[in-house]
Amino acid sequence: MTAPRTISLTTPLSPDAVADLEAGDRVLLSGVVYAARDTAHKRLIDLLERGEEPPIPLDGQAIYYAGPSPARPGQVIGSAGPTTSGRMDPYTPALLAAGVRATIGKGRRSPEVRRAIAEHNAVYLGVIGGVAALVARSVVACEVVAFDELGPEAIRRLEFDRLPAFVINDAHGRDLYEEATAREIA
Amino acid sequence: MRIIPAEDVTRAVAEAAVDINYHLGPEMVEAIERARADEPSPVARDVLGQVLENARIAAEGTFPLCQDTGLMVAFVELGEQARVEGGLNAAVTEGVRRGTEEGYLRRTVCDPFSRENSGDNTPAVIHVDLVPGDGLAIDLLAKGGGSENMSRVAMLTPAAGLDGVVELAVETAGAGGVNACPPLLLGVGVGGDLEMAAKLAKKTLARPIGRPADDERLAGLEAEILERVNELGIGPAGLGGRTTALAVHAAALPCHIASLPVAVVLQCHAHRHRRIEL
Repeated sequence: MTAPRTISLTTPLSPDAVADLEAGDRVLLSGVVYAARDTAHKRLIDLLERGEEPPIPLDGQAIYYAGPSPARPGQVIGSAGPTTSGRMDPYTPALLAAGVRATIGKGRRSPEVRRAIAEHNAVYLGVIGGVAALVARSVVACEVVAFDELGPEAIRRLEFDRLPAFVINDAHGRDLYEEATAREIA
Repeated sequence: MRIIPAEDVTRAVAEAAVDINYHLGPEMVEAIERARADEPSPVARDVLGQVLENARIAAEGTFPLCQDTGLMVAFVELGEQARVEGGLNAAVTEGVRRGTEEGYLRRTVCDPFSRENSGDNTPAVIHVDLVPGDGLAIDLLAKGGGSENMSRVAMLTPAAGLDGVVELAVETAGAGGVNACPPLLLGVGVGGDLEMAAKLAKKTLARPIGRPADDERLAGLEAEILERVNELGIGPAGLGGRTTALAVHAAALPCHIASLPVAVVLQCHAHRHRRIEL
């Protein structure tokens, strides 16, 4: 097995840049992403369903499933690894339909989400779960932008400098978790 | 009767809560290093290398190993000739609160319905067993939600037998392994009743990593499950490889003649545990 290719990406991602990605690619992601997890997702969807303006831009944006630990004085952020993406599956197709182009987390996505990713020319990137101190070093800016009262579940605007990730689900319907496991036991 | 001041318990719990979130135990580091040396896949070696690098950065004391600094679970063994002045539960709870503050741990505990955060990681989950003597020991675990969510309890039938236990453990790792932050530890609890199986399974995580159970049947069960789980090919971070699990720990107790309760607890590679003895 050969080492995967490495692609540098900067948000907001263009439709062409996303279409070019393939499951298994190693990515170094830079630029702005919005960190949001369970409760923030529920609130975003409630707002969209009521036809109200969400507190963050969605069109062309990237959402990172994460709830960081508190920053120590003088630090930008605490540890900031990904949480399990599958819990956000019920909300994801609606957010992709609203223009979100990339989601970032860890773990498997549902068939519905995988179909929506292909349908909307989006991508799902996986960050290695549990390497949160390492991820923190890629965060150059962090600001709470919505739902501050949720504490670790507030929405944060993060800026990454070369966050290491893998393309798990590409816009062509492929799934790295399935392919990697099948390759190993073949 | 030995009187143990609450402050001694609180201080020890607070220190341990911080320490386990910044220092991956040497046994885990060694197990991951061995796995890395045995991995043929370059991606799996890269992932395990990042896990080790993460542990090195965390040990500098600024960033916890994982942003999910865990639900605190305390397995307490309290001597029948000992008493904590001021109350054991209150002392442990205060230790968790203080450790959360001092260690910049994430506030990870909320109301199950409103999802409102308790703000200080309390209440912790506290199990107390009375034991002979006048000692006090606490196995403190900081348990991550990602791996906990993929754990299972099942009430098998006696006919399912040992094979049924193996199948359930392998199925659990297969279904949830990718999400649970592999390489994993598996805790398998067999027997007792529904809640005792789960408690047994989780408490096995406090054992030295990879040390076989004393009971031969259990040691055989551990070896078989480990081999089968590592044949799944999930690998580190689910990106393929030989190392889906680093170790399996099993424990058993007698159960009802009608039942075969089994619990399988998945633990992530950020395994955070320390034993406190007072």
